[in-house]
Amino acid sequence: MKAAAFDYIRASSADEAVQALAAHEDAKILAGGQSLVPLLNMRLARPSALVDINRIHDLAYIRRSNGHLAIGALTRHRTAETSALVRQDAPLLETALRHVGHVTIRNRGTIGGSAAHADPAAELPATLLALDAQLVARGPGRERVIPAAEFFRGYLQTALEPDEMVTEIRIPVLPAGTQCAVAELTRRSGDFALVAIFTALILEPGGQCRDARIAVAGAGEVPVRATAAEAILAGSTLDGDAIAEAAMAVARAVDPPSDIHAPAEYRREMASVLTRRAIGSALSTQQVSDGHSDGGAR
Amino acid sequence: MSGKITVTMTVNGRKFSDDCEPRKTLADFLRKDLGFTGVHLGCEHGVCGACTIMIDGSTARSCCMLAVQADGAEITTVEGLAADGTLSPLQEAFWNHHGLQCGFCTPGMLAAAAELLAQNPDPTPEEVREGIAGNLCRCTGYQFIVDSILDAARQLRG
Repeated sequence: MKAAAFDYIRASSADEAVQALAAHEDAKILAGGQSLVPLLNMRLARPSALVDINRIHDLAYIRRSNGHLAIGALTRHRTAETSALVRQDAPLLETALRHVGHVTIRNRGTIGGSAAHADPAAELPATLLALDAQLVARGPGRERVIPAAEFFRGYLQTALEPDEMVTEIRIPVLPAGTQCAVAELTRRSGDFALVAIFTALILEPGGQCRDARIAVAGAGEVPVRATAAEAILAGSTLDGDAIAEAAMAVARAVDPPSDIHAPAEYRREMASVLTRRAIGSALSTQQVSDGHSDGGAR
Repeated sequence: MSGKITVTMTVNGRKFSDDCEPRKTLADFLRKDLGFTGVHLGCEHGVCGACTIMIDGSTARSCCMLAVQADGAEITTVEGLAADGTLSPLQEAFWNHHGLQCGFCTPGMLAAAAELLAQNPDPTPEEVREGIAGNLCRCTGYQFIVDSILDAARQLRG
């Protein structure tokens, strides 16, 4: 279990990092290393060079800017999970991060790294998709903004060019009264999801659903946004019929794999079940937070 | 550079410096180069938690870090938990409650438990189980480990 040899470059700025990516064929960014280092150890990945960005401290931040929450790519999961700003402006992200591995992993893992790794069963890509996030990609002498819906291209594949890295993630601030929940099915605590549902329900003061977001992890090559199910919920009173119909629409929206862990039919059925659970859980936290007026959305 | 790089780090309060290849994990560096054999290697890909250490105040899996990344870091391994041969209250509780059987998972369990108790001094049994969920005990001695951590929490709260 030893990695193959590679060149090691410790970058001191994002520009230096992308220059190094451009200069080495098949170089990889080393951020938290919680996905990459296991792949190196098992020699499933054999990059020619690793560009370590852990010393680029100005890539680690969480701040409010122009109606969105800007999170630096090097921000650790644990930092985002315990951030008051994230809890206030993107409560779905806070809830989702609690499902990522274990605290020890979240101490090291980074927001940008999880996005760029693009595991379709992981929590972060689906969450970014649900929240209409944007990813800022830097290349040598250029920068572009990629919507999450266009970023995830396939299993562990993104829209990033070989000489680009994610520097920031922008999440539109959710309106007050947004209720969020995650419902996840795993074989073992902290493991990747067989299926997971990420939902944010934006409610009118009367309780009617103004807008709904539903994304699914573990449902195919990329995380899936269940737009048909969202359309069913939007404008509804979130009664049992609407929720049941939306849950069926989620099952129709996914094309999950069959593998040693679970057959496709089971995952599809669970996508439906978990959708009902997630919506129920989002609505029940609303009652709790109404009762105690603490605004908590977990 | 794929040649050797000089790495300097403080382990259990003592400063060490050595040359190593960039591909060497922090776990191998601590264990083989510096001789901290309390760093146990189980799966070597971030699943079992046996190699968990403290680095700059937070737990990390030393198999999922490169030694070169820890240049300049402050590290605590299981060898650094007992001051002058006196077990810490957490270690004492593991001893009293038979929290270790074969002992292989113990260094990682102690690191995870120490971080849990620092952040949550009065955890419920459920929270303790969640706190050590990333650490596998193949003797399956979890119940005694949970008992140990709950007792250590009581002792530490006074």
